Amino acid sequence: MLQISNLTKKFGGVKAVDDLSFSVKKGTIHSIIGPNGAGKTTLVNMITGVYKVDSGTVFLDGGDITNLATNKLVHRGVCRTFQHLEICGNLTVIENVMLGFDKYMDKNIIRSCFRAKSILEDEKRYFDRGMHLLELIGLENFAHNEAKNLSYGILKKLEIIRALATTPELILLDEPVAGLNPKETHEVSELIKTVVADEVTIILVEHDMKMIMKISDYITVMNFGKKLAQGTPTQIVNNEEVIKAYLGSGALHGK
Amino acid sequence: MLKKYNINNQIILLTGILIIIPFFFQNDFYFEIAILSILNALICIGLNLLMGYAGQVSLGHGAFAGLGAYIAVVLSSNYGLTPLLSIFIAVVIMGIFAFIVSKPILKLKGHYLAMATLGIGIIINIVLEVEDEFTGGVDGMSVDSFVVFGYEFSESISWYILCASLLVFTIWAFDNLIKSPFGRLLRSIHDSEKAAKSVGIDVSYFKSIVFVISVVIATVAGSLYAFFSGFISPQEASFTHSIELVVMVVLGGLGRVYGAVFGAVILTVLPQLLNSFEDYETLIFGSIIILVMIFMPKGIVSLFDKVVKKESNHASN
Repeated sequence: MLQISNLTKKFGGVKAVDDLSFSVKKGTIHSIIGPNGAGKTTLVNMITGVYKVDSGTVFLDGGDITNLATNKLVHRGVCRTFQHLEICGNLTVIENVMLGFDKYMDKNIIRSCFRAKSILEDEKRYFDRGMHLLELIGLENFAHNEAKNLSYGILKKLEIIRALATTPELILLDEPVAGLNPKETHEVSELIKTVVADEVTIILVEHDMKMIMKISDYITVMNFGKKLAQGTPTQIVNNEEVIKAYLGSGALHGK
Repeated sequence: MLKKYNINNQIILLTGILIIIPFFFQNDFYFEIAILSILNALICIGLNLLMGYAGQVSLGHGAFAGLGAYIAVVLSSNYGLTPLLSIFIAVVIMGIFAFIVSKPILKLKGHYLAMATLGIGIIINIVLEVEDEFTGGVDGMSVDSFVVFGYEFSESISWYILCASLLVFTIWAFDNLIKSPFGRLLRSIHDSEKAAKSVGIDVSYFKSIVFVISVVIATVAGSLYAFFSGFISPQEASFTHSIELVVMVVLGGLGRVYGAVFGAVILTVLPQLLNSFEDYETLIFGSIIILVMIFMPKGIVSLFDKVVKKESNHASN
């Protein structure tokens, strides 16, 4: 569903992403791995319109989405989460989730000022849907807590749920388990699997190899901005070059 | 029934207070202070939407209110339009002005945005002083009386009723706005623009919209003040006035609808109360502001949160 062709991004003299091409199949979890500085987050930022691409194209279901702004991409069914949390701390948990439904809500100022029926109905409808999402991940008891008072692990999950509320077709997760303990990592990885069950395609950037190997359908390995290898988890684990550049010979058989 | 229309205790209390206090007014001066407080409160409610909710600073709202007022006054005094039509045209012009200006400046953040709004404010002030052909220059100009559909607002009490009604309505409408998806969207921009963009919000568009709303309200309040006082000078659009408005919002409580009202009323009334201290007036005034900010960093309105909390604790016990 997503075709990336010859993407290049330079920062000064450094090619962060260098002539990268790959495609993502609908309904799969497609992981992108590689050493720090390989250009993974840069790639996500290019796909989601945070950075302007220097050259190359991004196509979504045959439509050109190259350099489309992040907020416009949401209306095309592409949503993302962040390596460093971007949660609205002064909003409650349920409000953060309801924010995800923003594109469906009536935001006319006059109608808002006069509490028009459409406004009240939207609030009610998306409050219920938001609570339903929170129940899925067992956060309903935190619904009315201000987000800034909650733990990092909960907020990481909340960010995924908020992205899910935009009802995307493609979701890009940038290091969703970075900084989480093993229990939380397991929970997030379960959450990601249930997301896929709802037929959302996922691009996953992560360092946690155990999780990557467990849930990925395909893996693209990046190194110095270039594609080093691509394939199923088993193919990647046995790829000589990947072992040399990233995994290290001990990492494979140890786990 | 009341709940259906979002008529809550606060708005009933406010209406009650606004109805009762005129009976304690001994002369026109009291009315003048009350009306000035209300009009400042109106500007502050708009400014609070921009600063407290959407998180965008403006050090130019005194100037926007002043420019809006001048447009209305010039249209009515020099071109003979009716006051209501003049204000309406001023609102449209200022709305468009704010939208155009907001596009480049709201790309800036924090101190830089403050500097940009400050700059625009000072330019407006200078233009009003220099273009004396239209504005009467630094000496200001007199303003025709406020006649609406043949009724002339000459008594203080009729002005008071007009402004008080406008205040109650504005607070009610803003409270609704804040509690709607639009309000949540604004608060999300305050907390994290990245998050807002990631759920599909056109952040720069909505920032502009809020800016326009706040400027429009400032225009209405500024124009009404000019018509009420019968006189306008560039002083209305001065940097000091802009700062005063920001202090009102911060002192009252950022991001709280009633905070802006408290701030505006206290900062308008307090200097009058301190008049008897003569030379020490400014010293005491400044000390009070500093103490409030030290002990109530969330503004004066936070004082009432504790009262409300205690009551609800008692109730639940």
